[in-house]
Amino acid sequence: METFFSRYRNITILVAILFAQVLGLAVQVRRSSDSQSARLIRVWAVGAVTPFEKSIVWAQNSGSHLWRNYFYLRGVRQENRDLKYEIERLRLEQVRLSQDAAQARRLQALLGFREQFISKTLPAQVIGFSGSELSRAVYIDKGSNDGVKRDMAVITADGVVGKILHVYSSASLVLLIDDQTSGVGAFLEGSRLQGVLSGTPAGGVVLEKIMSDEVVQPGEKILTSGGDRIFPKGLPAGVVTGVSRSSDAFLNIRVRPAANLGKLEEVLVITQQEEKPPPADQNTSLRAVDILANRLPSVPDQPPAEAGHHAADAQFPVPGAETNRATGEKPANAQAAAPGGAPAKKPVTESAVPSSMQQPAVATQAASKPGARKTVTPKPALPPKRSQTGAASPVPSH
Amino acid sequence: MRLHPFRLISVPITYTSGEQIEVYRFSIPVTVLVPLAAIFLQAFLPLRFPFFSVFELPLLVTIFFAVARRSQVAGLMTGALIGLVQDSLTHQPIGLYGIAKSVVGYGASSLGVRLDVENAGARFLLTLFFYVVHEVVFFTVARGLVGLQVAWSWPHEMGSAFANAALALPLFFLLDRLKQKT
Repeated sequence: METFFSRYRNITILVAILFAQVLGLAVQVRRSSDSQSARLIRVWAVGAVTPFEKSIVWAQNSGSHLWRNYFYLRGVRQENRDLKYEIERLRLEQVRLSQDAAQARRLQALLGFREQFISKTLPAQVIGFSGSELSRAVYIDKGSNDGVKRDMAVITADGVVGKILHVYSSASLVLLIDDQTSGVGAFLEGSRLQGVLSGTPAGGVVLEKIMSDEVVQPGEKILTSGGDRIFPKGLPAGVVTGVSRSSDAFLNIRVRPAANLGKLEEVLVITQQEEKPPPADQNTSLRAVDILANRLPSVPDQPPAEAGHHAADAQFPVPGAETNRATGEKPANAQAAAPGGAPAKKPVTESAVPSSMQQPAVATQAASKPGARKTVTPKPALPPKRSQTGAASPVPSH
Repeated sequence: MRLHPFRLISVPITYTSGEQIEVYRFSIPVTVLVPLAAIFLQAFLPLRFPFFSVFELPLLVTIFFAVARRSQVAGLMTGALIGLVQDSLTHQPIGLYGIAKSVVGYGASSLGVRLDVENAGARFLLTLFFYVVHEVVFFTVARGLVGLQVAWSWPHEMGSAFANAALALPLFFLLDRLKQKT
């Protein structure tokens, strides 16, 4: 007699296999996304595929390296000349930006800000794709053996790429920011509005959680806010390409990612971030009394000998002081123009400034002289002082 | 005498009895390496050639093996294994591609038992049909069971179906050389 199973053997097996997989799906969905229950098959699959990918990428890079560095050198001399000019131009720009950066750090220190610094990165090569349009993720050739851990940020020189999702011994899976399950804390550079950058099922990127009564213009840059505790604040994330109103209370802001996610080759994994106050060299000499002094009228000139003594300490060009020199006036509150100073203040008048406040002003004045060296070596612009009570008075942190 | 409807439909392109249908087998290296190579290429080529992501090489290999073996269980198991390995390279729950390819493997082998799928036209239509089946099952499972937001666009799906069907012809021609008669 023919049994039910033998008669419907194939369809029974089909139903059993499908049921087992549906059951497996249900278990995975019920558990948290970082469950390790399905790790083994992933490890096997990644272990079977990534060695081939690594080999091909290595061979491709070697061939390309050989061709570009040993054979195809046409135009290298001209390129070298252009790069030298570019370096000169960037050096000049660096001096200017150093002043701005130093000033910003000092102001942050005054307000008790704690900056996030990228202190360590690991270069990695993209070796593979997840193979599914639904899963926007790539594999890199660095894993736990190289110190990579889950939730580390992955960036390029252009901007953020994604975060580490799964770590294997010699490879890692990076979830791209255009995946629908990703989310990056971000803000608009101009308006400072904060939102969440996430992917769409179609592979686009949108900035969510911006109220519909806000004004957002196409072309506005989007930076990471640091609120997700994964990406450091201030990294380029994208540019607004379109804004429309949606049915809910939020704007529908379409974004073009800053990094070219469609053509990733080399990326940087941020393996270490530090959160600390701005560099000590910028604020060691700043105390509350110094800041207060900057808001007061400046001091009279010092004798030339003393000025010459401090000229060696000069670090940066001092635009404010140069202006005074050009007009024949004495530098007004020279510290304001120095790297360690606050923004320029009112013109100088004789006042009852304590003698302890005179030295910094003279030092910066000396820095403005033509013979002063213009280097970017960080060094305190103001010497440490003691308060009138004799005790150090650090800037209070907030 | 009452004829089976499939037999009526398939008279011009099928053999008249099951005994005349050739069943093929494959060596173990081919059975293992060809699906792995398909999965590897699917994961590697879109990085260099983004347009390649419209192709679904593991699906084509599943269809080919299922049809050539003409065994529903073998087709089902081949599809399930290829799909599960493909799932494991993504960050989505494992089983989405597994279920879709299980259904395709079973269906393709069921047709392979009854139809002559050795000629180019039949292969083209078969791939076209099963690509759509695969996408529908995948969409249903991803949306209904897992709750993923999956974009569905008929023009895109049909374009991909035709592209895969076109690719299937030369690919199946190459894989035919790996067949062994039983």
